[in-house]
Amino acid sequence: MATRVGTPAVPAARERTPGRAAPVGRAGQTTGWRSDLAGFAFVLPFLIAYSLFLIWPVIQGFRMSLFNWSLTGSGTTDFMGFDNYQETLEDPNFWSSIWHTILFTLLSTPPLVILSLLFALLANRAVPARWLYRLAFFSPYLLPSSVVALIWVWIYQPGFGLINGYLTRIGLGEVGWLSDVSVAMISVVITTVWWTIGFNFVLYLAGLQEIPRDIYEAAALDGATGLEQVRSITLPMLARTTTLILILQVLASLKVFDQIFLMTNGGPNFSTRPVIQYIYEQGFTTYRVGYASAMSYAFFLLILVVSLGQFALLGRRRERANG
Amino acid sequence: MAVAPGRGRPQESTVSRRRFVQGAAALAAGAGLAANAPRAARAEGRELRFWNLFGGGDGARLQEMQAAFSAANPDIDLNAVTFAWGPPYYTKLAMSAVGGRPPAVGVLHASRLPSYAPAGLLEPLDPAVLTQYDIGPDKFLPAVWEGMQFEGQPYAIPLDIHPFIMYFNTDVCQQAGLLGPDGTLLPLQGPDAVIDAFRRAQAVTGNLGLAYETNGVAPWRLFSGLYAQLGGTILSPDGEQLTIDDAKAEQVLSFMADLTVGSKVASPNQDGPASVAMFSNASAGFHLNGGWEVTTFETEGIPFSAVPFPNVFGTNQTWADSHVFVLPKQPDDDQGRLDASLRFISFMLKDSLTWAQGGHIPSYLPVATGPEFAGLEPQSNYAAAAETPVYDPRAWFSGAAAPLQEEAGAAFGAVLNGQKSPREGISQYRAAMEDLLDTPEPI
Repeated sequence: MATRVGTPAVPAARERTPGRAAPVGRAGQTTGWRSDLAGFAFVLPFLIAYSLFLIWPVIQGFRMSLFNWSLTGSGTTDFMGFDNYQETLEDPNFWSSIWHTILFTLLSTPPLVILSLLFALLANRAVPARWLYRLAFFSPYLLPSSVVALIWVWIYQPGFGLINGYLTRIGLGEVGWLSDVSVAMISVVITTVWWTIGFNFVLYLAGLQEIPRDIYEAAALDGATGLEQVRSITLPMLARTTTLILILQVLASLKVFDQIFLMTNGGPNFSTRPVIQYIYEQGFTTYRVGYASAMSYAFFLLILVVSLGQFALLGRRRERANG
Repeated sequence: MAVAPGRGRPQESTVSRRRFVQGAAALAAGAGLAANAPRAARAEGRELRFWNLFGGGDGARLQEMQAAFSAANPDIDLNAVTFAWGPPYYTKLAMSAVGGRPPAVGVLHASRLPSYAPAGLLEPLDPAVLTQYDIGPDKFLPAVWEGMQFEGQPYAIPLDIHPFIMYFNTDVCQQAGLLGPDGTLLPLQGPDAVIDAFRRAQAVTGNLGLAYETNGVAPWRLFSGLYAQLGGTILSPDGEQLTIDDAKAEQVLSFMADLTVGSKVASPNQDGPASVAMFSNASAGFHLNGGWEVTTFETEGIPFSAVPFPNVFGTNQTWADSHVFVLPKQPDDDQGRLDASLRFISFMLKDSLTWAQGGHIPSYLPVATGPEFAGLEPQSNYAAAAETPVYDPRAWFSGAAAPLQEEAGAAFGAVLNGQKSPREGISQYRAAMEDLLDTPEPI
C-alpha cells in the first residue's frame, strides 16, 4: 500500500514529444543522429538502474523458480522444470492466501473510492478553516505502516482497547477485532481505509478544482439544485480521475502486505494472510526461494490479467463516452 | 547580437562544472581520509563482529556485558549489531553465511540449530580447543549440552535456558488463600487443582484468573510442555516421521480450551502485550510466559513471584529454549578471529549473572550454582524448571518462529478462541505437519 508513488503524467509527456522532432527537420541528418545519441546518454543512468534492479531480478527470479533453489545456497543446480508451478497450483495455502488478497481488494476498494469522493466534496465546499479538513483527511497517509499498525492494534485491543472499552461501557459485548476469524479482515480494511484514503482524497480534490466554476453558475441560473449539479456536472467531469483512482487502488490493494503482517501476522489461524505474506514466509522463513519465486510469477500473472481486463473495460467505456 | 549572451552562458557553466568536479573529487578524498583516520588510530584492536536479536529488556543487559568485555579486552574492537527478532534476523544470518560475509559470532535459539548446523551454515567446534576457554560438558547440565551436539560434534555454546514458567501475584494469591505460611505458593498438582487455583484468583481480581496470550506462538509453548508431561512426542528423533498421539494431544487441548471457554478463567482473545499488561495491573492472579518478562514486572513494581510450570499431568516438564552462541561458517581460516570469538563467548558465560537479572536462567553451571544466583529473586525460585526442559522437536522446519511453531500457534490458538474443537485443532496441526514433512528439504 505504501509503495504507491507518483501518478502518470501522460498528457504532459505527450505535449512535449513534438518539440523533440523539430531540430531534426531543421538541421538535417547528422544532428538527428547526434541528438538521438545524446537522448540515449541522458536515459542511460536510469536504464542501468532499471536493468539492474528490475529486468535482471525478473529474469533471475524466473530462473530460480525452475530450481529447488534455497536461501542457504543449496539446490541451485537441482533443476525441477515446472514442478514448483505445479506445486503452486496444488497448494491449498496458496489459493486461500490468494483469496484473502482478493477479499481484501473487494472490501477495501469501494470505501476507498466512494468515501474519498465524499470527503473531497465536503472539503471542497467554502467553509471556514478549509485547510484543516484537508489536512485532517490527508494526514494519516503520511504515517508509516508500523505506526499505523501500532495505533490500531491498541484501539482494537480486547479488555481495555478504545473501541471495546466503549462497547463494554454502554453495555454491549466485546468484539475480538483482530482475534475473531470473521471480523479480523474487516478490522484490517477499516484501518487501511483510515490510513490510505488521503491519497485518493487529494486526487479527487485536484480533480474538483479543475472543474470550471462557470458551469456551476450556469446550472444554478437554470435552477439546478446542489444534488443535480453533483450528479450531472461533478461526477461526469471527474470520470477520468475516478478511472485513475480505481486502477491505482485495485493494484495497491492487491499488493497488501505490511499492515496485515504487522497487525495480525496473517492470523487468527491464517484467516487474513495475504498471498505476499505466504510468498515471504516460504522464501524467507522456510528458505524455499525457488518455490516462492514460482508463486510470485503465478501472482504476477493474476495481476497482469486484472490490469489488462481493467484497461480493456475502462478503455472501451471511454471510447463510448467520446464517440 | 542576441546570440552572444546565450553562447556565453554555456561556457560559464562548463567552467563551473569543471570546478564542481574538482571540488567534488577533493571532497571525496577528504571524506576518505576522515573515514580512515579513526580506523588507523585503533589499528591494533582486532575487530570482532557479533550479531544478536536482543531488542527488548535483555538487550540493555547485553550491552552492559559487552561494555564490561570491551573494558577488560582493549585489544578486541567489539562491533555488535542487534537485528529484529525472528525471521528477519534468521534470514540475515543465514544469508550472510552463504554470502561469505558472516559475523565472527552470532546468537541462535537452540531450537534453530537443526536448520543451521546440517545446512553447513555453522562452524563445528573442537572440544579440545573449547576446554582452553573453560567451556566443556562439565560446565553445563547434560540435557542442555546434549542439545548443542550434531553428529557427535558441538556446534553451539548455550548462554541461558529460558523455560515457560508461572508468574503469580502474591497479594492476589494471599487473599485467595493460595499461599503457605512462608509466603510461597502452595504446590498445585493435577488439572483440577490448577484450574481451581485460577478460579480462586479470578474471584479476587474480579476479572481474570490467568493472563495468557492466545495468539502468536504462545499456545505452542503451553501445549508443548503439557503434551510432554503426558509422554507425547511430535516427531521421531530423526525428524522424519510424525508421531503425534491424537488421544494425548486432545487431552491437552481440552484442558487448554477449558481455561478459556470452559471455566473461563482466562480470556479467549488476548495478545502478548495485553496479557502482560493484565498481569501488570493486577487484573489477573497468574500469568504464563517465559522468564524474560521478570524485568517488566519489576519495573511495574507489582508484588509477584514465579515458580516452575505446575505439574498438571504427572511431571513438571515445561517448554524451554536456549540462547546459544554460534560461529557462522567463515570463508577463511583465521586463528586470531577464533581466539577472539571464544574469549568473547567465555567472558559472556562468566558474566551471565548480569544476563540472569533479566529473567533467563544461566546455563553456565559455575554461575548457575553460585551463591549470587541463589540470592536472585524470583529467578532462583523457578531455576528448577531448567532441569525438566522440553525443547522443540528436531527438524529443518522447527525452532523459534519457524513453521512448526507458527502452525501450532494458529491451530491451537483457534482452539483457545473456541473457534475449533480440540479434535479439529489437532487434525489441522497434523495436516500441516504432514505437508511440511512432504516438502523437499531446502537445506
